[in-house]
Amino acid sequence: MDLMSIKQISPDQVIFWHWGPISLNATILFTWAVMALMVLGSWLITRRLSTDVHLSRWQNLLEVVVNGMRNEIRDISRQKPDPYLYFVGTLFLFILVPNILSVIPGFITPTASLSTTAGLAICVFAAVPIYGIMSRGLPGYLRQYLEPTVFMLPFNVIGELSRTLALAVRLFGNMMSGTKIVAILLAITPLVFPVVMHALGLLTGVIQAYIFAVLAMVYIASATRAQQQTRREHKNNERKGENS
Amino acid sequence: MDSISLIGMASVITAGLTIGIGAIGPALGEGRSVAQALSALAQQPDEANRITRTLFVGLAMIESTAIYAFVVSMILLFANPFWDYVVSNAGG
Repeated sequence: MDLMSIKQISPDQVIFWHWGPISLNATILFTWAVMALMVLGSWLITRRLSTDVHLSRWQNLLEVVVNGMRNEIRDISRQKPDPYLYFVGTLFLFILVPNILSVIPGFITPTASLSTTAGLAICVFAAVPIYGIMSRGLPGYLRQYLEPTVFMLPFNVIGELSRTLALAVRLFGNMMSGTKIVAILLAITPLVFPVVMHALGLLTGVIQAYIFAVLAMVYIASATRAQQQTRREHKNNERKGENS
Repeated sequence: MDSISLIGMASVITAGLTIGIGAIGPALGEGRSVAQALSALAQQPDEANRITRTLFVGLAMIESTAIYAFVVSMILLFANPFWDYVVSNAGG
């Protein structure tokens, strides 16, 4: 809370260093820090993987995390998790790690900036048609916009855009409100109460990371899965027709 | 009344109204969904995992409307464009 004054609602406004048109603000700096931490940590851990009974505790941690993500993705999408694990898992970890690190004094989570969350939401916005076209082909993907009737086309398009906006603003609003509430409470009751709100912020951060990943997975699954279901229904109907 | 105090007063009152009224709907919705989820959990404890996950996702979707109201009120309080415009005009 030392870096951001109460008047600044985004870490974009905290500028450490600038040279001409280029400026280094807190969002970019802490995003780089988190990226370096995650890449370095996973490189250090995966350097010596063992298939033995004895494994290092860090490898155990990563296995638990990756296995949990795979199970969640399998439950939500009812498909094989491997094609989605890289994208959705990266989103989850990239939001989770800075949200947890935000208890460190002086660290401003980059997810409290609308630029970061908008970037992540645009990644989801681009990933949905990519996965949809990969699994159903271009005509099959475009047909889902006309799903109930042709008149629903504008609403489907607007829904696609508005859910991207909602993804970005939801994560930004939650993380920003966490930091802002702690900052306001520091001015009112500075003794113990901000610590409680910080702990609550930890919980919110983990839940928001989970929800962002789950929603991304749900959107991708809805673009890839629909045809398989209709195909199954067709088969069932044909079978019923044969029987009767 | 000059425009600075008018804009300041309107911003503060509107910020309070925004978050106050904007929190009513999501609070009702969240309470209703949690109550339904609890009764579903009591009826089907085996499905606890799926119900809880759906509940959390649904709560986040409902809560996001309150978050929008909160973001608007924060912008009105801390990053008000009209306020900045008037202050920069008065200063320059």
